[in-house]
Amino acid sequence: MKFGVLRFPGSCDEVDALYAARRVGDAELLWHGDRDLRGADAIVVPGGFSYGDYLRAGAIARFSPVMESVIAFAREGGLVLGICNGFQVLCEAQLLPGALLPNTNLRFTFRQVDLEVVERDTAFTCACLVEGEQAGDVARLSIPAKHSWGRYYADDATLAAMRENGQIVLRYAPGQNFNGSIEDIAGVRNERGNVFGLMPHPEHAVDELTGSADGLCIFASMRMAAEGADASGLPPRIAGGARV
Amino acid sequence: MSVRARVLIRPKAGILDPQGEAVQRALPALGFDGVQNVHVGRMVELDVPDQTQLEPMCEKLLANPLVEDYEIVLDV
Repeated sequence: MKFGVLRFPGSCDEVDALYAARRVGDAELLWHGDRDLRGADAIVVPGGFSYGDYLRAGAIARFSPVMESVIAFAREGGLVLGICNGFQVLCEAQLLPGALLPNTNLRFTFRQVDLEVVERDTAFTCACLVEGEQAGDVARLSIPAKHSWGRYYADDATLAAMRENGQIVLRYAPGQNFNGSIEDIAGVRNERGNVFGLMPHPEHAVDELTGSADGLCIFASMRMAAEGADASGLPPRIAGGARV
Repeated sequence: MSVRARVLIRPKAGILDPQGEAVQRALPALGFDGVQNVHVGRMVELDVPDQTQLEPMCEKLLANPLVEDYEIVLDV
């Protein structure tokens, strides 16, 4: 299982994403000007400020050569994860519904947030476990978020379709929605389920040493989805989840 | 012969515009009372060889039609 992690001018979280992906598989960086995805089995569009966020976050990166290949890869069913700026790029590319707008507080905000995993039967959350799980438990992830353009928005018709199709994958836990996202939405997938984006940063939460390893389950889920549920070499319990 | 154009881009009606609200709240402090419906957007100025390029340009790149309205103004 090999992850390809994109690198744009202005990316800043691609090395952490590479490191996180290597916790569960192989990974290499893919330069924005190169159309070759080098046989990657899954793509990560990382955080940062691709092309300086000029015009709108993600608006120019979305037309880069590497994104042409990523769009074709996604249309063939390949797994694509967009984190923060990567989420903005995937929305701009119309691989994901909706758009990201400036935080309602108009401030760049950096904080640890609790997320509820609304949909666990997805290619990006199937490894997010609750220890000693009981019926009705909701997996909760503690992950850092850091952005100024993270207010998720979609119109009513789009939101209704997303609810119907189980496309709302992550929500900010009660009281945690600091950016003003509609319906507390933190992460969404496309209708087919192979493209997923979220504003918080799972790649910054892969080791207890830095406060939380909950983000690892996103990468582990992708490996499980790519290789089948019995993917070998994964730790038996991938991520923590708190009872709500 | 190119045409000088300005594209005005603003948040779609009904979408929360915190920048507009912040400006609106700041104005009374300077003595400008009664100002309403303040919205902050951006402007793109460009010379185009063919003005029919402008609309597809806005749809594809200059604006995000999901959340923004745009207005094309030609300098004549």
